Amino acid sequence: MPNNYPQVLFQNRKPDRITTLEEYQQSGGYRALADVLRNYSYKDVQEALVEAILLGRGGAAFPAGRKLMTIADDAPFPRYVVCNADEMEPGTFKDRVLIHADPHMIIEGMIIDGYGAKAEKGVIFIRPEYESAAKILEREIKIAKEAGFLGKNIMGTDYSLDIVVHRSAGRYICGEVTAQLNALMGRRPNPKQPPPYPTEKGLWDRPTVLQNVETLANIPHIIRNGPEWYKSLAKTETGAGTKIFCVSGRVNKPGCVELPIGVRLSEIIELHAGGMPAGSEYKACLPGGASTRYLSKEFYDIEMDFEPLRQVGHRLGTGAIMVFDHKTCLVGATLNLTEFFARESCGWCTPCREGLPYIRDLLARLEAGDGREELIPMLQQMSKHLWSSYCAFAPGAVSPVESLITYFEDEVRDHISQKQCPFK
Amino acid sequence: MLPTELRASLAEQIASVDHPRELLVDVMFAVQDHYGYLSDQAVEEVADLLGMTPLEVEELATFYTFVYRHRVGKYVIHVCDSVICWMDGHESLVEHLERKLEIKMGETTPDGLFTLLPVCCIGYCDRAPAILINKKVYGPLTPEKIDEILAKLQGEA
Repeated sequence: MPNNYPQVLFQNRKPDRITTLEEYQQSGGYRALADVLRNYSYKDVQEALVEAILLGRGGAAFPAGRKLMTIADDAPFPRYVVCNADEMEPGTFKDRVLIHADPHMIIEGMIIDGYGAKAEKGVIFIRPEYESAAKILEREIKIAKEAGFLGKNIMGTDYSLDIVVHRSAGRYICGEVTAQLNALMGRRPNPKQPPPYPTEKGLWDRPTVLQNVETLANIPHIIRNGPEWYKSLAKTETGAGTKIFCVSGRVNKPGCVELPIGVRLSEIIELHAGGMPAGSEYKACLPGGASTRYLSKEFYDIEMDFEPLRQVGHRLGTGAIMVFDHKTCLVGATLNLTEFFARESCGWCTPCREGLPYIRDLLARLEAGDGREELIPMLQQMSKHLWSSYCAFAPGAVSPVESLITYFEDEVRDHISQKQCPFK
Repeated sequence: MLPTELRASLAEQIASVDHPRELLVDVMFAVQDHYGYLSDQAVEEVADLLGMTPLEVEELATFYTFVYRHRVGKYVIHVCDSVICWMDGHESLVEHLERKLEIKMGETTPDGLFTLLPVCCIGYCDRAPAILINKKVYGPLTPEKIDEILAKLQGEA
């Protein structure tokens, strides 16, 4: 079935190339910026984003407008706006697709967000695996600047903003806000515990507002069409806007698709990801990257929106749906995910640095058929310890482990009683 | 020693920004591109250019995945081993690469052409199983496709 829902972020998406500045402008691009610069105070921008209920699309779902509002009126300058293009959550590739589809939409969103923060310096932080996206952004930033949308006195107004692309050298923790700021300053990217929050003391101790690529791309549309229109895009009462879901794993058509917030998981898998391959039955999915909890069969029809998922103890995360079928061993999958987190832990605080390898070893024993009954409470207890770590990395890392035991304890026990992985 | 020209262009770039150390990764990459990896001497040169101590540079050089503190081959093959690639046959992919190149993960071929390294999810789960060779992505891969890619790179070397 073709996707008949309104396409907002992907409205100009083409199969083989980016949308040029000219094409973006033909679709209404940079009109929101012109409107903002002429008719909006920086507080109006903040209010529009709050009213639209724009929640951060990078995984944490923090309200984008509220984030801007935490910058004090008398906060010092220069202020910074940072675009987080360090998408490293396993299963997540929506920002890469979005940058390759319509780079100017992100640039325009970033300028408006910067205006809402009175920022004069912008940085796009991008992972090294996305070198082609980094090159596209550098080229298009230059083109935007030549057209008067960036640089000094944007579109003849008092507002000035420059954007540079900052390449990372690759570590998952750099996606965490405070770690990313450290990385940008050439320091070891350990997270810092707020307060002070980055909007008070961020880059070089100046107010810094950081948003995900997809969050920023939404901003021009909210300004152009209004918060009410934006909210009406969602299928749920609690939701607003669309979401780019990237679906991978056991589906016939893995890829990125833009759908209303609140569309059901079953619809995404069956209609928009081509269904599951013949002979495969749905067992579980991770709904929003590796640091979310397995959604078992009982949630197959759940509305994919922040609030409905929260109410049943789950998170939408990045909207990266990884689908597992009945033939896939979830102990093995969880071992793989834990290996990822153990390797990517920055090592700064003890629960995370020591706890994750411990959990990995317990899972490895279970998977190898060396498990014993008492390993299950040990896994639970150790996972609990990780909640006392320094940043959100470790609680995210144990989400698959905890939900494995909640929903698939029988499968874990089968590994113990059969003294081997039942899927091998 | 870095060639004077490269040193000068890096120094110029550093002078153009507000805080020299914000360019640390760029400078490490540029110096690494020159030497092929970030040697002890390179760490000192990077530190010197940025007004940092070698220890401060080392702290970052050993932190990042794509900064190589050991000698690597002309082509660095990063094999994604995260969950989607794992599900889609990462293990047999590694076995094939190891057999074909006659090296183990973490090693470099004797002719200095290929290095095999693992890497975390590279964000190409729609093209799993996927690998990066010198930051260029290839996927979805089969043993035949790998043979083709390796033969092409060997031909170009």
